[in-house]
Amino acid sequence: MSLAPLGYLDAAGQRARSVLPLTWFTLIVATVVCIVIAVLLWMAIRRARANGGQAETRSIPVERGGNGIRWISVGLLVSAVPLLVTLVWTMVALASVSGPPAHPGLTLDVTAHQWWWEVRYDAAEPSETFATANEIHVPVDVPVLVRLHGGDVIHSFWVPKLSGKTDAIPGQTNLSWMQAEQPGRYRGQCAEFCGWQHANMSFEVVAESKADFARWRAAQLQPAPEPITPAQERGQSLVQYRCGLCHQVRGTSAGAVSAPDLTHLMSRRTIAAGRLLNNPGNLIGWIQDPQGIKPGTQMPDQYLSARQLADVQAYLVLLR
Amino acid sequence: MKPPDYRTPRIGTDSDAQEAKLLQAWETAPGLKGFFSSVDHKEIGIRYIVTAFLFLVLGGIEALVMRLQLAGPNLSLLTPEQYNQLFSTHGMTMIFLYASPILSGFSNYLWPLLLGSRDMAFPRANALSYWIYLAAGLFLYAGFLSGNGPNDGWFNYVPYALRQYNPGLNQDFYSLGMVLLGISTTIGAANFIVTAFRTRAPGMSINRLPIMIWGTLTANAANLIVVPAVSLAFFLLWMDRQFGTHFFDVAGGGQPLLWQHLFWIFGHPWVYAIVLPAMGMASDALPVFCRRPLVGYSLVALSTVATMILGFGVWVHHMFATGLPGLGLAFFSGASIVITVPSAVAVFAWLATIWLGRPVITTAFLFFSSMILLFVIGGVSGFMTASVPVDWQLTDTYFVVAHLHYVLIGINVFPVVGAAYFWIPKMSGRMLDERLGRWNFWTMFLGFNLAFLPMHLTGLLGMPRRVYTYGEGMGWDTLNLITSIGSFVFAVGLLLFFLNVWKSLRSGAAAGPNPWDAPTLEWAVSSPPPPYNFAVIPTVASRHPLWEDRLDEEGAVSSIERGMLLDNGKETIATTAVDAVPDMVLEMPEDSFAPVLLAAGAAVLFVGLLLKMWLIAGCGAGVAALAMLNWLWPRRELREREASP
Repeated sequence: MSLAPLGYLDAAGQRARSVLPLTWFTLIVATVVCIVIAVLLWMAIRRARANGGQAETRSIPVERGGNGIRWISVGLLVSAVPLLVTLVWTMVALASVSGPPAHPGLTLDVTAHQWWWEVRYDAAEPSETFATANEIHVPVDVPVLVRLHGGDVIHSFWVPKLSGKTDAIPGQTNLSWMQAEQPGRYRGQCAEFCGWQHANMSFEVVAESKADFARWRAAQLQPAPEPITPAQERGQSLVQYRCGLCHQVRGTSAGAVSAPDLTHLMSRRTIAAGRLLNNPGNLIGWIQDPQGIKPGTQMPDQYLSARQLADVQAYLVLLR
Repeated sequence: MKPPDYRTPRIGTDSDAQEAKLLQAWETAPGLKGFFSSVDHKEIGIRYIVTAFLFLVLGGIEALVMRLQLAGPNLSLLTPEQYNQLFSTHGMTMIFLYASPILSGFSNYLWPLLLGSRDMAFPRANALSYWIYLAAGLFLYAGFLSGNGPNDGWFNYVPYALRQYNPGLNQDFYSLGMVLLGISTTIGAANFIVTAFRTRAPGMSINRLPIMIWGTLTANAANLIVVPAVSLAFFLLWMDRQFGTHFFDVAGGGQPLLWQHLFWIFGHPWVYAIVLPAMGMASDALPVFCRRPLVGYSLVALSTVATMILGFGVWVHHMFATGLPGLGLAFFSGASIVITVPSAVAVFAWLATIWLGRPVITTAFLFFSSMILLFVIGGVSGFMTASVPVDWQLTDTYFVVAHLHYVLIGINVFPVVGAAYFWIPKMSGRMLDERLGRWNFWTMFLGFNLAFLPMHLTGLLGMPRRVYTYGEGMGWDTLNLITSIGSFVFAVGLLLFFLNVWKSLRSGAAAGPNPWDAPTLEWAVSSPPPPYNFAVIPTVASRHPLWEDRLDEEGAVSSIERGMLLDNGKETIATTAVDAVPDMVLEMPEDSFAPVLLAAGAAVLFVGLLLKMWLIAGCGAGVAALAMLNWLWPRRELREREASP
């Protein structure tokens, strides 16, 4: 199953894991029922042989036959057992996984946008608060509360290995939670149809040790590094003028929040909500032709010259 | 208005003179005049069937194009918008323009024949219901063909459907088209209900109804209740989009979840409405091939009704992930698990009927009996999604796509094709080819399972629904390729079916009145039946009028050749709702242009609304009003007013 990043028949988090036995139970019951019915049906139809393979209905006389009610009563009694077990188990499982943790170790605000995920790390001190996009870092073994907000249309937050789906709906705040058991990268995906790029609206949850998480968090709180070379300086001013209408680079005059925060862009593994691996080449490809790579994305084509692109690239790769 | 006609009809036997007299009264005029004015339920039924099958072909082509796009990762046959319009139009077509109308078609054709009557209770409303269905289908497809098809799924969630995110005409076509279609469904539903309760042959008490009548009656009773919810939802959506109301717009205090409730409170009962009549067909046809009555008639009839009643209480299982409170989810989860019980009754009744009978294997039998297995597969996957915590993983993945196709193809398309093999000989007088039928069945059955059985696994491996493409390395490549291949095999199977129908109409063997030696009234008349159905109104004494001589029905003897003549113009008999005791003579309306004109007027009205061209809308409304005036003008022949002095 590790070959399927979104498969949910294995789990890496407590919330997803606690549902697995019920999932397997219903899956096995379902399979057994299908097999039993298929066999019964097959045996019943084979009784046609007793007619000598007659294909003419009229040649077989009509008879009243047994009344057969026992089939229905026995069938219902047998079916009632797995149904009741499932019913009770469902209620128990629902009670154990539905409620958000009473004392979350970390609270995130995730806002779903067409077609990316805005992630805010809340803190008591405003200076400790920061935002990132499409990549959620969490410490292992800590219950994480996720407050979901709908930025435009309805989306659904889903990290199969850690937690089932919860919709992000405009006008209401839904709660989801997860608790990773071991360090690793777990793929998430928007699971409610949200328009053109619903297919390419994924993200990653990075679970790491508490120490690694603390380090990452401290790094994210830093403002963007200063440009050093002239190319980087030109790049920075281009980014402020051209990208700053939507994006933020903390510590510069690019301060808009309607697109992913770029302050530590290069610390993320992917860009364009999981559409591309994040490396300098893909970055430039994306800036040049976002509509070709992700038709309909809110990011407009930029029409930069080759030199401008090189400058922008020189600056952006600084943003670790 | 004169009082109802309580005269006692003359009793007599079927004779040539009687038939000639009835033919003159009931026959539809030839040519275009007859085509546009006919109110004969058989004509209308066949039109429904042909139109619905055409939509099935269109929806199928849409599916095949999508399967090409999804056959491998990162393919770019379609743009995202094209894909979105295709999958939305596919859903709309199959659910609204095929699955329900095809059953209306069979029911329209068969009901009066099954019930021993000469027409539906409201023949002109019946014609109107068809014409509006056709108009709504054309309206919706005009949107799709002009690049303005629905693009937000058949469920059409807001806010994506609102103008801010969806500025084109797509959603206006869809919302107005659905309101128009809702008129057709509602009229049809009222007609079925009154027909079932009031125009049965004398003696056909409620415990002697064929199960198909129970299925269609139950479905239409539900439609009458739930279709207004969805019509209202689409109307509100159109108001939000065009007139700035704020039913769903969050910025104006609206509620996106209001849409989901209005839609699914309709949507889930509707799912049962498009399978219960088909299950009824199977319940009536399987026993014919098993050479014995259905096991557990009363239980199956009651479970049909029970399914529908429970079906009103499960809609929230489409909304488990929307953040509703746990207690509410638990209720709907429990109801969704319990609803498998009445379905299980039907499954065990069918199994026992085959087991305790002496099955004769025909193509129709293969389609109906395989439906049992497909129904169970679709049922148990539905049972899995009924468990909330499990559903939080399953929902919106391909597991659900597999589930719903097992339900809709398994319990609608398979029995419908079976019904075609069973009843087309009645409609055309010619048999379908059994050898080609075997090819047809096995290609469809294998193709279908090849396409949709692996899809469960695709879902368990996490493939989300409604994605126009997917990347490599997700573990879905091979499975998707298999599904695409299977879908084309299935399409070939369906093609063989249409080929068989075409062949049968050209050169099929003559069927005779009762080719299967079946027990119900429609097999007592010639194939195809005369315009008046029954030369004399039969009197029914048991559940199996044509098998009475062979089954011990406690000495019951139904009377087919001797009964009420009712030959003073277009007449049939109304009976009481439960016991079917003769109650009054019904004067049935002549053929009329009013229904087609009313539907045309309504269509023009909706085009005017769509374009916000009020003059056009006004003209359409005017035509519709004139047609209604003509329709409702009291007429002497219908005893709606006294003769002039």
